[in-house]
Amino acid sequence: MDKLKTSYMALIFGFLYLPMAVLVLYSFNSSKYSIRWEAFSLDWYRSLTTDATLVDAAMNSLLVACLAASVACAMGTLGAVGLYRYRFKGRNALQGLLFVTLMSPDIVMAVSLLVLFIALQLQLGFWTLLLSHTTFCLPFVTVTVLSRLQGFDKHLIEAASDLGAGEWQAIRHIVLPLAMPAIMAGWLLSFTLSLDDVVVSFFVTGPEFEVLPLKIFSMVRLGVKPEVNALATLLFAVSLAVVSGAQYLLQRKPQ
Amino acid sequence: MRANVFKTSIILLLSVWLVVFVLVPNVLVLVASFLGRDESGFIQFSPSFDNYLRLLDPIYVRVFAHSLGLALLTTLVCLGMGYPFAYFLAQCRPSVRPVLLTLVIVPFWTNSLIRTYAIRSLLAAKGLMNNTLIALGLIDEPIRLLYTGSAVLIGMVYILLPFMILPLFSAIEKLDRRLVEAAADLGAGRWRRFWHVTLPLTLPGIIAGCLLVFMPALGLFFIADVLGGSRDLLVGNFLKDQFLDARDWPFGAAASVVLIGLLLLFLSAYAYSLKQFTAEEKP
Repeated sequence: MDKLKTSYMALIFGFLYLPMAVLVLYSFNSSKYSIRWEAFSLDWYRSLTTDATLVDAAMNSLLVACLAASVACAMGTLGAVGLYRYRFKGRNALQGLLFVTLMSPDIVMAVSLLVLFIALQLQLGFWTLLLSHTTFCLPFVTVTVLSRLQGFDKHLIEAASDLGAGEWQAIRHIVLPLAMPAIMAGWLLSFTLSLDDVVVSFFVTGPEFEVLPLKIFSMVRLGVKPEVNALATLLFAVSLAVVSGAQYLLQRKPQ
Repeated sequence: MRANVFKTSIILLLSVWLVVFVLVPNVLVLVASFLGRDESGFIQFSPSFDNYLRLLDPIYVRVFAHSLGLALLTTLVCLGMGYPFAYFLAQCRPSVRPVLLTLVIVPFWTNSLIRTYAIRSLLAAKGLMNNTLIALGLIDEPIRLLYTGSAVLIGMVYILLPFMILPLFSAIEKLDRRLVEAAADLGAGRWRRFWHVTLPLTLPGIIAGCLLVFMPALGLFFIADVLGGSRDLLVGNFLKDQFLDARDWPFGAAASVVLIGLLLLFLSAYAYSLKQFTAEEKP
């Protein structure tokens, strides 16, 4: 049974990582038409250093992902604290709206945000992209943090106020530290969703602020450039390094 | 007094954001769906149901039916693949669980468009998949994998599987193992334990996972673009065409409204059947 479990999990991981392996493999392929394997080469990494626009687009994507995740995290956490701590008029409506946002198909959200930005006559670009990504990350953070808060012992907060802590002190020293794992999970999830997004980005950004998916889609009309594989491989290597570094630090920390 | 200011401001912040960026835009789309266009393509303020009537054309009805069917199929495949995985993951040692969970997420840091192109080169006529099958002697000549419905399904499942795994895992991890053991002590076999204990207790995770896969599946236009043939037009492609290429916004808005309507219908049917199911379980 254990062998079966392990092989099933390995199979799914294989499925998830096979396309990544393809990217890495083809990034070292000398053939311009990336299907057939010709010979090992570093050409695409070399041309990556000369083609700045692709790297710029990747940096833009990372920037938006970091900012959107952070803003969504701050606002979502405060919102979750509000929903957890207080009873107020319109609380159910707010929760309903959060649920709707969480469940909205990307395409519906993309369309509606585009209509909003055009109606407000906002120039499509960095700001519209950031606002949109923050919006679709927001409910994920709020729900993650709220579900963690709901698992707590409420007496902890009562104890804090009995000991003379004000509302802010109780939140700052009791609620936030307890919610911290969920806040971090919410940030990570938002960061991931933002980096991975194609649909919303397509609708709400303009030519003067290009992010990776748009850049690639515009390049593809001239055939998929192997530089994309090289860039993806580099980013993938960095992610793996970050993850293993974090893992190493966590393991080293005395339990 | 200060606590009150704090309370009001954190609630207002979230509410205002959601009203401005979710509620108002959707109302705008609803309004736009009743507008028309003049000859030169400018939006006209002459409210009518024309856009909705145009959607009744069999071509568009087929696009909707096809998209909903494909989204449903994607959801079922993801559930079938994801549930055992999440279940086994939850049985791993607590120290390795976060590592494995992170490994599920890492591919997502590479934008899904890039990964979809990777799947394309994998499935291409002279791609890795065909070469492997030929080398294994399973087929004699390359088979057509790309530009088929199955290619689109594979792409969808690939892009959305983690959205199923994560909520399932958190539901299964929370499951109180003692309840399953109690059922075993009372003589329930493997299947009865699963059907009557594990499954109902992890139902919230199943629902969350299914919704998180089904909803985005309707919009992933780029997967159909990259992996599918011309017959695989989905609602997402249709909306993208109307908004970004044909610029017929009122028509696109009407399609978006219909999509939301269908989803609400789906959701309420789902909620209703769920109520029946839980009523059966807990008399």
